[in-house]
Amino acid sequence: MTAYRYDYEVITQWIEPGEKVLDLGCGDGALLKHLADVRQVQGYGVENDPDKLQASVRNGVNVIQMDLEKGLVGLEDGFFDHVIMSLSLQAMHNTQGILHEMLRVGHEAVVSFPNFGYWRHRQSILNGRMPVSESLPHQWYNTPNVRFFTIADFDVLCEMNGIAVRERLAFDEGKLVLDEPNFLASVAVYRLGRAG
Amino acid sequence: MIQAQSVGIVAPQRADFAEPLKLRSGGQLDNYHLVFETYGTLNAERSNAVLVCHALSGSHHLAGHYATDPHDIGWWDNLIGPGKPLDTRKFFVIGVNNLGGCYGSSGPNQTNPATGRLWGADFPFVTVEDWVESQARLADHLGIERFAAVVGGSLGGMQALSWSLQFPERVGHVAVIAAAPKLTAQNIAFNEVARQAILSDPEFHGGHYYEHGVVPARGLKLARMVGHITYLSDDAMAEKFGRSLRHGRNTYSYDVEFEIESYLRYQGDKFAGYFDANTYLLTTKALDYFDPAFEYGGSLPAALARASADFLVVSFTTDWRFAPERSREIVYGLLHNKRNVSYAEIDCPAGHDSFLLDDTRYHALLSAWFDRIEV
Repeated sequence: MTAYRYDYEVITQWIEPGEKVLDLGCGDGALLKHLADVRQVQGYGVENDPDKLQASVRNGVNVIQMDLEKGLVGLEDGFFDHVIMSLSLQAMHNTQGILHEMLRVGHEAVVSFPNFGYWRHRQSILNGRMPVSESLPHQWYNTPNVRFFTIADFDVLCEMNGIAVRERLAFDEGKLVLDEPNFLASVAVYRLGRAG
Repeated sequence: MIQAQSVGIVAPQRADFAEPLKLRSGGQLDNYHLVFETYGTLNAERSNAVLVCHALSGSHHLAGHYATDPHDIGWWDNLIGPGKPLDTRKFFVIGVNNLGGCYGSSGPNQTNPATGRLWGADFPFVTVEDWVESQARLADHLGIERFAAVVGGSLGGMQALSWSLQFPERVGHVAVIAAAPKLTAQNIAFNEVARQAILSDPEFHGGHYYEHGVVPARGLKLARMVGHITYLSDDAMAEKFGRSLRHGRNTYSYDVEFEIESYLRYQGDKFAGYFDANTYLLTTKALDYFDPAFEYGGSLPAALARASADFLVVSFTTDWRFAPERSREIVYGLLHNKRNVSYAEIDCPAGHDSFLLDDTRYHALLSAWFDRIEV
């Protein structure tokens, strides 16, 4: 299975025992397996890559093949307690659509993404090169990422779309960042709800 | 990992049942027999049995070959055997010819014990639920309280699904492949054309053609030709035949001109040579009737609430007979009941028939799923 990722720890804290959880872009199912072990969740992953889907099945994780760009058609409103998207939002075209869908089928959404405003990334751009780091491990020519945004950008998008930011934690390669997260954090993890 | 092998030489068995079987149609079979095959060994705990249900033209002969005919290879031989996805070193696999079938189980071409004559059209209508009921009795006969898995493609997938609803406590895992929770009007329409082809054949004789020493071969051929069109994708047909001409030019006749015509006629003739028309009629009706949601006001999620097995649902992108959307209905129905379910949509060009092929990703997925099953 993939290495245990530090955003898993944050996500796990936000999940109550026995919840219904949907993990979008679940890969080999490592997070859901962890959540089943420590939170006894009824979890479902969504994956569109056949090899990753097979890996999830092999790991005993429920996984549904679906193209997230087309939304979460077929899933009932409010069925899930949490809908998670860990480090995948930047790889989707339909950013607003999927955020809307996550909060349609889930009471809360949990989203983590690499912060393109991280100071090392800014430094890289100033030096004239696209950033490559632990949180952005790909080269510009082979990255699966299609949306390049910062923590500040994401806050504005949430505001614009009536999405309430219930909690936000930011990390610098695994260490919690309290000050100036848009500059000092490489990854942010959000807990989101519907505003109002 | 050993090289995948054949199960080798196999032989069918027969089980007779004296306890009457009540049928959904209101009728009953006072006694009946089922023909089946098994592969692998039932373990001491009797916990490793897998039932494989067959589709419209399938049979109990899943894998291996008969001593008398090395070319009569089981219809799912690419899936079942030592080192294959459904590994007979781990599982005890059972194939059974459904009631009303034409491969030896009680059916139209078998003797009606009450009259001493062949059943013919008098064989009662049987449904998917009736088949499952009779398969459960076969399980009793074999001393199997609970199946590790029940698996099937197409109509076989419907039986697997029905198993999870009729006997939830007797099945641990269920694989529903290239199936649907019920037929659409279009599906029924194709079946009706097939049936009319048989029923209107002058050699049909009201279903008692055996007594006249004939078979409604033309009707059965037409039925198979129509069916075959629905098993293939538009792309697969285009790829395989396109507009290829047998003689390289138009001959302006009703003989075979396009290669697709030749293919359909060949498939139709071949099928009419070995399959039974009454079985075809009964089986297409069983397909039409299948609708577990019906008695739940049409709500599939309500119908699926009884299920407790772990599910794998598989569809194929180019299958327009039972399109991926139909499989997704089953998936979401199970998910909304908090049942364990995984779903894969295999990108395979061959249409409905894909489920019988050994597509690498399809078989790798099935391997992963079967490997997870603890026996």
